[in-house]
Amino acid sequence: MNEIRSILKTMDYGVAPEEATHVLAWLKKHDGRFGHFIDGAFTKPGKAQFAVHNPGNGEKLADVAKAGRVEVDAAAKAATLAFAKWSTLSGAARARHLYALARQVQKHARFLAVLETMDNGKPIRETRDIDVPLVARHFYHHAGWAELRDEEFPGWAPAGVCGQIIPWNFPLLMLAWKVAPALAAGNTVVLKSAEHTPLSALAFAELAAEAGLPKGVLNIVNGDGETGALIVGHPAFAKIAFTGSTGVGRLLRRQTAGTGKKLTLELGGKSPFIVFDNADLDAAVEGVVDAIWFNQGEVCCAGSRALIQEGVAEKFLAKLRARMEMLRVGDPLDKSVDIGAVVAPVQIESIRAKVEQAVAEGATKWQPSWAGDIGAGSQAKGCFFPPTLFTGVQPASTIAQEEVFGPVLAAMTFRTPAEAIALANNSRYGLAASIWSQNLDTAFDAARKMKAGVVWINSTNLFDACAGFGGYKESGFGRESGREGMFEYMVPAWTKKAKPVAVTATPGAPLPESAGPAGDGLDRTLKLYIGGKQARPDSGYSYPVTDAKGRVISEAPLGNRKDIRNAVEAARAASGWSDLTGHGRAQVMYFLAENLEARAGDFERSLARMGASPSAAKREVEASVGRLIHWAAWADKHDGAVRGPAARMLSLALNEPYEVIGVSCPDEAPLLAFVSLVAPAMALGNRVVVTPSPMKPLAALEFLQVLDTSDVPGGVVNIVSGDRESLADTLAKHDDVAAHWYFGSAEGSAMVERESAGNLKAAWVNHGLARDWFDPVQGQGEEFRLRATRVKTIWTPFGV
Amino acid sequence: MTTKTKDSALAGALAKTGSSLVTVAPRRARNVIGPLRPEWFEAIDVNLSATERRAATLTTRRSVKKAHQAAWLVRAIECMDLTTLAGDDTPGRVDRLCAKARHPLRDDLKAALGLAGYDLKTGAVCVYPAMVPHAVKALRGSGIPVASVATGFPAGLTPLKQRLEEIRYAVGEGADEIDIVIHRAHALTGDWAALHDEVAQMRQACGEAHMKAILATGELKTLSTVYKASMVAMQAGADFIKTSTGMEAVNATLPVSLVMVRALRDYRALAGYDIGYKPAGGIRQAKDALAYLILMKEEMGRDWMQPDLFRMGASALLADIERQLEHFVTGRYSSTDRHGMA
Repeated sequence: MNEIRSILKTMDYGVAPEEATHVLAWLKKHDGRFGHFIDGAFTKPGKAQFAVHNPGNGEKLADVAKAGRVEVDAAAKAATLAFAKWSTLSGAARARHLYALARQVQKHARFLAVLETMDNGKPIRETRDIDVPLVARHFYHHAGWAELRDEEFPGWAPAGVCGQIIPWNFPLLMLAWKVAPALAAGNTVVLKSAEHTPLSALAFAELAAEAGLPKGVLNIVNGDGETGALIVGHPAFAKIAFTGSTGVGRLLRRQTAGTGKKLTLELGGKSPFIVFDNADLDAAVEGVVDAIWFNQGEVCCAGSRALIQEGVAEKFLAKLRARMEMLRVGDPLDKSVDIGAVVAPVQIESIRAKVEQAVAEGATKWQPSWAGDIGAGSQAKGCFFPPTLFTGVQPASTIAQEEVFGPVLAAMTFRTPAEAIALANNSRYGLAASIWSQNLDTAFDAARKMKAGVVWINSTNLFDACAGFGGYKESGFGRESGREGMFEYMVPAWTKKAKPVAVTATPGAPLPESAGPAGDGLDRTLKLYIGGKQARPDSGYSYPVTDAKGRVISEAPLGNRKDIRNAVEAARAASGWSDLTGHGRAQVMYFLAENLEARAGDFERSLARMGASPSAAKREVEASVGRLIHWAAWADKHDGAVRGPAARMLSLALNEPYEVIGVSCPDEAPLLAFVSLVAPAMALGNRVVVTPSPMKPLAALEFLQVLDTSDVPGGVVNIVSGDRESLADTLAKHDDVAAHWYFGSAEGSAMVERESAGNLKAAWVNHGLARDWFDPVQGQGEEFRLRATRVKTIWTPFGV
Repeated sequence: MTTKTKDSALAGALAKTGSSLVTVAPRRARNVIGPLRPEWFEAIDVNLSATERRAATLTTRRSVKKAHQAAWLVRAIECMDLTTLAGDDTPGRVDRLCAKARHPLRDDLKAALGLAGYDLKTGAVCVYPAMVPHAVKALRGSGIPVASVATGFPAGLTPLKQRLEEIRYAVGEGADEIDIVIHRAHALTGDWAALHDEVAQMRQACGEAHMKAILATGELKTLSTVYKASMVAMQAGADFIKTSTGMEAVNATLPVSLVMVRALRDYRALAGYDIGYKPAGGIRQAKDALAYLILMKEEMGRDWMQPDLFRMGASALLADIERQLEHFVTGRYSSTDRHGMA
């Protein structure tokens, strides 16, 4: 045995491959051919098929059927048929099913880990220690939500049949993230796996069937983007959930616009990894390993932009390069591998192109000394890419702006904490951020200022079923995991019976400014309200406001896109409002209520002029005062939550405002609807640009007098009257507006959803359906709080 | 970094052609007693959770199996300070230990591993000062160094004069290595100047004998204190830094080791000297030894997988390694009785 002697010289690790025998046997049992899992059984593979390869060695693993219209129809039908029974099953019964799924995953943990590694190329260490345990955890956690749904979510109902489309980077984990909450809430599912990685979903389907999950509750189809488009366009689905690229997310937003489908998008990112000079640098170096060399960097929330404080940058990068030398790239089944195979040759090409572009743009590339050996010998048929570091990157560099989705880190430096935050937020994305500092103040200050849905302090890429995950800005909307994730699979129960709104008219042709109304008595000149000042409309036109009989009773300023632009700028500038304490905002809200009440008579008269009976006008003003008080009450109580995913870990779920919200008001209840929308938005820290009812704008335009006298800072509420549809079009297309609430026609709703795809703002539209603004649930329910804020999850490990 | 390149270049020239595969190398420049430089450590603040996470994944990211595992376990024997530190130690007990150090593995197993004729021995034998003369005698001609604890081990609370005298006694009796304990109060109160001063005096007292500084990390508690104490000990001339006495409630752990190894890496970058590392206490199983070897390889590289820069203080570890090696050779799980006890 000269072998021992030679090892004693090199002290190498050798190879330690995980056995693939059981997975190969499973593939063989299926003759290497898979259909879809529909209505509790596998379909025959059929003709339309695609091949699935092991990216670690290029070998074909299986042929898998591709779902077309017929298969998607069949799956949708099965899910629809199963919905009635599943959604009304007791929480305890659904919990037992979810619990059984969790146990199945645990019982077959190694099989699933090996299969996932062979299908995706990620190292066995990750599937074994991270992916699969998180999958089991997700089903256990959501078994709990199934049990608690009726108790914890009164007034909410399951959305319906869900179409779910998952990516190839965490195939089984993304399945769990999608399927567990959907089933827990009482929905049924058609899930499409990614074309590169369909196998673990099929294995899971088999386990689910073994565990006795009722047929039709979970259906799995294989396919590519075409199949995905069929699902998204299918009328059976009430909810579409997608994880994938921002580009495809935009398409989905447009495709689902106006269909009434609920949508969540978990998209791309270019997440900052901030190293302050008071960080534990060695810890941060390991953080980088977990940030960008986890899963080959094919992680939407990968810390791909390192921002390092100048004073420690050189030292940090030296440590990082030394660490990179020790990384091992190779056979994903080898237990001593850090970085496995990239999912497919096409992805390698994409990474390579982006690396070449970065070099061409002048960034300095660094790879470990052994990078040249990659892809040689036994690796020749695998998809391998070395860990790569770019320095000399500028914020304007493409590599600093665009997602690579590979093991490539772009490093930049900063001088001050303020600059770190500015650079970190200088991205169209906002998925995650990782902050390294041993100073509590530095870390929390940065965490709070990140425009990102997940912030990890002194840690990175941590996930747990109890902690929400999802993006700000063009990283998408909606949350997965935790309580917040459950809402994404439910709708307010009353909406299931909502009726269409009466058809609304559009305002009459503008009048020349000189032409006054043929009214009785002196009419005030109404103006727009922008940045705390009354403003004449940019157009220089007014339009007639008529009463129920069509008589002109007043004129309203005809706002246009430039007025919206000015209003958004004013709202953007009024950031102090979002930083104000809830207590401070509450006082302003109470003051507003008082002042509205003091002028109740004026508002009743305006409502009466627009056609309300005196009693109805009185009731509406009273309700509006009540609503302001209601939201004053909430201003300092929409607190978020503290969760403990581990003994020495806090995960804080903070409800943060969207900051700038566009609001398009309906025609019904012209004052109450206006107040019902503006009040929660502002109470919870947003600044709004609101277009009042175009047909009945008087009370809302007069409301500026109340705003002016109630200490509302300029720019917090901006009022632009005019044609709702054209103004909504400008708001929806405005990239500096983070959310848009639209209450008008079905067509307008479709337009807003479609155009919101530009910056992927969160759109809340009524789809032309009516809402009883006087009803406490419909007019001020939990839905408003959820729509006015987005959850930021801050993870902070601690210990000494 | 330049130091390393130079050493590697020398390595080939100086490596002995003898029967051991421990690369004996380049005579490394020995650490010197330098001034106290607080600026090298005072800003350090070690993050516990991140350190634990790295420590926990060291052994899940790397796996050493089959022949590689056998070879690594052989190396673990070579890096072992076979230790007896008990009140009932006698010359006879020390003789037995020394015999085991000379002959740590059954000849048939050595042969089966392809190591017939290989000079397999432990890194050192570690005893109390009073046992040094016996150990020296028992190990004569073996090339195995005698290590002695000193300085009022384990508490280190006898008067400094006596602690220094204890070192001089052990060295005088022939100890090649001295494992000193630091005065924990200096570290716990942050009196780094006092700690530096004492350790420097101890190093002086060691003379040619190599000095391992035991930090008693289980009593220092926080990782930041461990880092700072490591750095001060090295600045005061320690040749090795060592975790524990074996008498603390918590002895060597991977997170503590990670911090100490990072400290010696930083010291290497700043001062240019290669310092050795010795975890001790609680290392009882073969897989523990593998974990420490993985840590050394990952954080420091192959040079720190050799006895000149890496030791593990252990008393029960060897027995488990012998059983694991027999299992590798025969495919059968072994029993302790099949191997001569220490």
